Amino acid sequence: MLDHLRFREDEPAGAPAVTVDAFLTQTNAAAVRIEPGDDARSLLPFLEQLRLVEVNFPSFGDGRGYSSARILREAGYQGELRAVGDVLVDQLSHMRRCGFDSFLPEKPFDPEDAQAALNRWPEVYQATGDGRQPIWAKRHPANERD
Amino acid sequence: MYRYDQYDQAMVDTRVAEFRDQTRRRLEGKLTEDQFKPLRLQNGLYLQLHAYMLRVAVPYGTLNSAQMHVLANIADKYDRGYGHFTTRQNIQYNWIKLEDAPDILADLAAVEMHAIQTSGNCIRNISSDQFAGAAGDELIDPRPYAELLRQWSSFHPEFLTLPRKFKICVIASETDRAAMKLHDIGIRIVKNAAGEIGAAFYVGGGMGRTPMIAPLIRDFVPLDQLITYSEACLRVYNRYGRRDNKYKARIKILVHELGKEEYTRQVEEEFAHLLTQGIEPPIAELERIKAHFTDPAFDQGASDDLDLSDPAFALWVARNTVAHKQPGYVIANISLKPVGGIPGDASAAQIHLMADLAKEYSFDELRVTHAQNIVLPHVKKADLHTLWQKLDAAGLGAANLDTVEDIIACPGLDYCSLANARSIPVAQKISQRFAANGKTGELGELKLKISGCINACGHHHAGHIGILGVDKKGLENYQLLLGGCEGDDTSLGKITGPGFTEDGIVDAVEKATEVYLAERAEGERFLDTYRRIGMEKFKEAIYA
Ligand code: HEM
Ligand code: SF4
Repeated sequence: MLDHLRFREDEPAGAPAVTVDAFLTQTNAAAVRIEPGDDARSLLPFLEQLRLVEVNFPSFGDGRGYSSARILREAGYQGELRAVGDVLVDQLSHMRRCGFDSFLPEKPFDPEDAQAALNRWPEVYQATGDGRQPIWAKRHPANERD
Repeated sequence: MYRYDQYDQAMVDTRVAEFRDQTRRRLEGKLTEDQFKPLRLQNGLYLQLHAYMLRVAVPYGTLNSAQMHVLANIADKYDRGYGHFTTRQNIQYNWIKLEDAPDILADLAAVEMHAIQTSGNCIRNISSDQFAGAAGDELIDPRPYAELLRQWSSFHPEFLTLPRKFKICVIASETDRAAMKLHDIGIRIVKNAAGEIGAAFYVGGGMGRTPMIAPLIRDFVPLDQLITYSEACLRVYNRYGRRDNKYKARIKILVHELGKEEYTRQVEEEFAHLLTQGIEPPIAELERIKAHFTDPAFDQGASDDLDLSDPAFALWVARNTVAHKQPGYVIANISLKPVGGIPGDASAAQIHLMADLAKEYSFDELRVTHAQNIVLPHVKKADLHTLWQKLDAAGLGAANLDTVEDIIACPGLDYCSLANARSIPVAQKISQRFAANGKTGELGELKLKISGCINACGHHHAGHIGILGVDKKGLENYQLLLGGCEGDDTSLGKITGPGFTEDGIVDAVEKATEVYLAERAEGERFLDTYRRIGMEKFKEAIYA
């Protein structure tokens, strides 16, 4: 079973992630954990120093973490973006599209199911900043982006 | 109409494979029911009182004949021989087995159809004007914009677990035939002073237990920013919509609690940011889609003559047809409201017949309306009599569009696990009552809408006369509402007072119509009279 799925070459950050409140008062931490109600934009002044942002999904049905992830990537965050908590295999490909590159689910994934889910969508309709060419860009090659 | 290319086809095929795999994992016990539920909901599968219900998407209500035939085949093969057309321009089947669902989705995918995001807390099927492309009063065909939004909203990775369901409607005419302002986002395609086409955004409407009419938040979004603006509206909602209480989770509550100005400010801020992100498809994509919605090859010399010597035909023409933008053609409405029937139901044989008639007489096109009827949008006047005869012979000739017999009703307690009361028998009794007393014609336009509970699937808030099923100490009881309207002058109905039994509500409706007939001024519809004279006289008569 897969406990931790990671799509990065670098070493994982060592120090544990602190809450957003703690981070904002002692801003030398390199790892922070966002809860659904936290404003991801409050981290934007500190992206350079962050190596790990954990986005917690206390329940898989609460989708605020998807927006948090995209907001960080749109602002240029390059470090590890890790989905933790009630993360389910059927959400993997959508989370990847929103910029997550690391997954630490409460309940480990079945490796085969995880692989199938990740390879599921050969095409995508939207541009989400994950580097994939949306269908509309393929239809109109002048709009392909690198 | 729109046809899939290899990419669109790949998307629906992938979805079928994905759902087959998810269903297998559920049946093997790898997924709990709690985990499976949102997955099946996003494929239109609800668990109801007796069986699974499957809701199939009819994007902006437009279908071709081959698709309609497949809908009939599904009714025959996997259901009990019926399909139920819904107020969101979709079709539902009430007797589905979970094991069959992946095969049904595969049958649908073969004719460019699907059940993607027809339920669940995601962006739902996009609705539109059922007369799009045919109506004389439209600025432009709204469907290309709806299709652009359909593709953007399908599997949008950020918006698959919203606080609550999300419904978008796009229209492009002066007259609102699609209840646009009662959607989470209502878009009206407009022309600005400079003559450019763009979109006006109304956000935060909805029915359910707290009905609200959407306020205008921006009067002009340029067409090359349509997706970006929509994404901004959705992101603000996804981040700040309430998740603590499912009854307060719709965007209407967010807009209401923040205030329209503050919500708009947040959207504009997000919009300014997203404009830098390159998420908007090029205008060339909109042009590509538009090319699918050009006019059919109308006969330019078609005659406007119509022989109305047969009175039954003349009545149907008067009540069920609407002027077409093309001389020599009409828009023909097929009422799925035969007297005493189940509103919106059609048998497999009837669905097949409508498919054949569309092919023969309407350039291969049909529409589903939010009033649960079917439209043949482009019928030559010269063919109209033959068409009517064929409809009439199949029990599809009811001449009652927009009359008191043309009732919208939700499934209610006959099928729905949330219901307080039955809706269908009330609809049946009311249409029988008015067919028997012969007042249908005299009453003219009268929109009557019934919901079996406060969730308002039957649009009772928006009926000139609305009926709401409530539970009164374990007994089915019905409240009466007056004065709702879904059109341009959108308004919400008001409850008259204490509720009624099933027979009592039928009497109360009849009494309300008598007040109208006694009080109406020249040219007034029921709604107009109510708005002029107010509730009091109606109350006196109903509770006398
Ligand atoms: C039989 C199973 C059904 C169930 C369990 C169901 C459930 C619900 C619920 C819970 C709501 C309220 C949502 C909210 O306010 O947040 C709702 C609203 C609605 N449903 Fe249904 N529904 C069913 C069938 C239908 C059918 C058959 C139609 C179409 C005829 C329909 C059309 C609608 C519409 C138009 C609304 C109002 C949307 C709004 O609030 O803006 N539903 N439904
Ligand atoms: S209004 Fe209530 S009873 Fe009717 S379908 Fe909706 S949830 Fe069921």
